[in-house]
Amino acid sequence: MPENSVSADLQTESHKMVEWTDFERDTIQDIFSRIEYDVVGPAALARCLVVYPWTQRYFGGFGNLYNAAAIKGNPMVSKHGTTILHGLDRAVKNMDDIKNTYAELSVLHSEKLHVDPDNFKLLADCLTIVVAAQLGNEFTGEVQAAFQKFLAVVVSSLGRQYH
Amino acid sequence: MTTLTAKDKQTVKAFWAKVSGKSRTSAPLLMLVVYPQTKTYFSHWQDQSPNSPAARKHGKTVMMGVGDAVTKIDDLKEGLKELSELHAFTLRVDPANFKILSHNILVVMAVMFPTDFTPDVHVSLDKFLAAVSLALAEKYR
Repeated sequence: MPENSVSADLQTESHKMVEWTDFERDTIQDIFSRIEYDVVGPAALARCLVVYPWTQRYFGGFGNLYNAAAIKGNPMVSKHGTTILHGLDRAVKNMDDIKNTYAELSVLHSEKLHVDPDNFKLLADCLTIVVAAQLGNEFTGEVQAAFQKFLAVVVSSLGRQYH
Repeated sequence: MTTLTAKDKQTVKAFWAKVSGKSRTSAPLLMLVVYPQTKTYFSHWQDQSPNSPAARKHGKTVMMGVGDAVTKIDDLKEGLKELSELHAFTLRVDPANFKILSHNILVVMAVMFPTDFTPDVHVSLDKFLAAVSLALAEKYR
């Protein structure tokens, strides 16, 4: 049978895909099955708004963000934090194609929300801190590496459609 | 961005006092696992695994250095002058690695002190570590 050029293209495409070890897959599934989205999401977003206050620029309509206590108690922050975690869930369920899973969300963040993609990394770091606090000693170096790799892929995918 | 307010200094000193005595050596060790490129600085160790005696000892050295920086928080540039010369001329560690270590210190704080490591403590500690990194890089060029 002659060489099928379509399968050759698929070969190239699969070489561009992120490769996950079994440990990394299991770790990501495990973490996201254990954390409470409506606790971790709000905590991560609130922490981001406190630790990197310039990120508040995107939340002008959220009301009182005056200090850490206000941010923590702000219901719009909580709601949006939960929304973000559910957004991450899509990547968790599509680890082999995060790039395409997030194509629309990337366009949204670029064209409509006008979020500087550097901010994605800031939120990712805060999420790492919050998850670390939740998991305690179970957040080993290996788990941290897997989690950060996952978030790096998410961040990269979200920034892809910017131009 | 690295001017520490009085509140930052107070927060850092109070938090460091609280965590003092407990095992704080794991941050540098984490770094070797999570950012394997940092191992390049330790090729002279026979055993580069994070739990090796050499790694643990060095982790302690580094964290004691950070603790020392807390005592010099009012003038980090002057206080860390010699350490900066060491890192610049002898060790020649790429300053990008200071950021990596700072991140891992914050992660360890979250793991070990989940309730105490509030967002307010986090921001002050993050600023402090950035200021330490800057002071350490002072003599590089």
